[in-house]
Amino acid sequence: MIYDALIAPFTEFEFMRRALAAVIALALGGAPIGVFLMLRRMSLVGDAMAHAILPGAAIGFLLSGLNLLVMTAGGLIAGFAVAILAGVVARTTELKEDASLATFYLTSLALGVTIVSIRGTNIDLLHVLFGNILAMDDPTLLVIAFNTTLTLFVLALIYRPLVIECVDPTFLRTVSRAGTPAHLAFLALVVVNLVNGFQALGTLLAVGLMILPAGIARFWSRDLTGMICIAVASAMLSGYAGLVLSFQTRVPSGPAVILVAAALYVVSVLFGSVSGLVRQLFPGRHLEA
Amino acid sequence: MNAQLQFRDVTLGYDRHPAVHHLTGEVASGALLAIVGPNGAGKSTLFRGIVGILRPLSGSIDTGDLDIRDIAYLPQTADIDRSFPISVFDLVGTGLWRSTGFFGGMGTRARDSIAQALAAVGLNGFENRSIGTLSGGQMQRMLFARVLLQDARVIVLDEPFNAIDAKTSADLLELVRRWHAEKRTVLAALHDLDLVRDNFPETLLLARGPVAWGATSAVLTAENLQEARRMCEAFDEGAAACAVDDLPSQAA
Repeated sequence: MIYDALIAPFTEFEFMRRALAAVIALALGGAPIGVFLMLRRMSLVGDAMAHAILPGAAIGFLLSGLNLLVMTAGGLIAGFAVAILAGVVARTTELKEDASLATFYLTSLALGVTIVSIRGTNIDLLHVLFGNILAMDDPTLLVIAFNTTLTLFVLALIYRPLVIECVDPTFLRTVSRAGTPAHLAFLALVVVNLVNGFQALGTLLAVGLMILPAGIARFWSRDLTGMICIAVASAMLSGYAGLVLSFQTRVPSGPAVILVAAALYVVSVLFGSVSGLVRQLFPGRHLEA
Repeated sequence: MNAQLQFRDVTLGYDRHPAVHHLTGEVASGALLAIVGPNGAGKSTLFRGIVGILRPLSGSIDTGDLDIRDIAYLPQTADIDRSFPISVFDLVGTGLWRSTGFFGGMGTRARDSIAQALAAVGLNGFENRSIGTLSGGQMQRMLFARVLLQDARVIVLDEPFNAIDAKTSADLLELVRRWHAEKRTVLAALHDLDLVRDNFPETLLLARGPVAWGATSAVLTAENLQEARRMCEAFDEGAAACAVDDLPSQAA
């Protein structure tokens, strides 16, 4: 019975196995990035970047139809352009990162909508906006695995300057010039993971598997390593449970994954060991020292 | 005594308005220099220039053979994200950047020196606390511990004893004396003139322009302090371009 519900879908159907491999890879790469986005108060930046990717994907779509590889390349180019331009403007002028990003992503989004409407609406494009995790072919799966590997490798490379840049940017500037390159590399990783997620979850929900697990992790750990581990674990759990839910009901898979993550988030807000609501209501007697 | 830092007619400021105006002089290697002046006198700006965060509008600051990592800087209000989940131990450990850099591991020796630095500022037992739980004074002690680990030849402290209780500032002042004994060059912006008279042999009285620079007792006179106050209140939003550049240089 339990076997039928929880495991059989994956042993019986190849597309479910591929989908599971895809969400696990997405969780491994995206969740740590989400934790850093959250800690840098850039949670909505991911959302903005997802919009910024649209014109690149649209141009890819115009050039080659629904070819995920080409659309990914287009998305990467558009995302990098916006991320790097915004980063450079924020660092060389007085405009803050959020304002600078907003101007660039809105421009990019307007371009994207223009390109899409010139071509006319297309049902395939909907599929792109919302993704389809159940239709992973080999090349797409390989692209996702490659991007995740790249993310983990680069993150390891820039981890120390990135953490110091988050805590004490002035200090990093006085001991090293690695701050700006590390920040730009991080923005690039955000784009890579968005494009990664957008094949599976669509442009609109791609951020979900980055930000929701990070939010969940904040309620269970006070320590960066702990947060990253919890974020990855909860992203994987959401992915798996979402796929099962989608298989057993008629909920589409992308939204199912994000909805499971949202449910975990609600549980964490209520019962989390770090500043969870229930914990705040019943804090126990104060300590002696 | 050779010069560690040389100011060559340096002007530092923001948006073309000078905050430090035509400063010339040199800080000898191993000096213990207090920088005194009213609010807005340009003390912090001068420090930002020294550590290279701010580029001079004109003139230059010559740091000789110093690498940026040879200068430890403690800003007036450290711009630290106190909600970031990092422990006191790890944050103080960032002071070892010079030896560990991007990837260097933290061996037993590194861990020992972090523990020693924490003990030196009286924060034993705080290793695993997250930085958000520290009080203002404990925070300052922690930042001193990091400066200690940076093992820098030049140490720049911007109003290090502000809003710090007497015991803590006495402890931290002890560290400053220790650095001086170790022949490091220490510059500190300060407001407590008695503290300066008692502990700092050399003082620069700054009021955008230099008012006086030399032995502390000769600099901190009533006339000089009054002059400093007068010079500081002369900010003019519509000021014309400075014409001093056309005058013969007072350097050398």
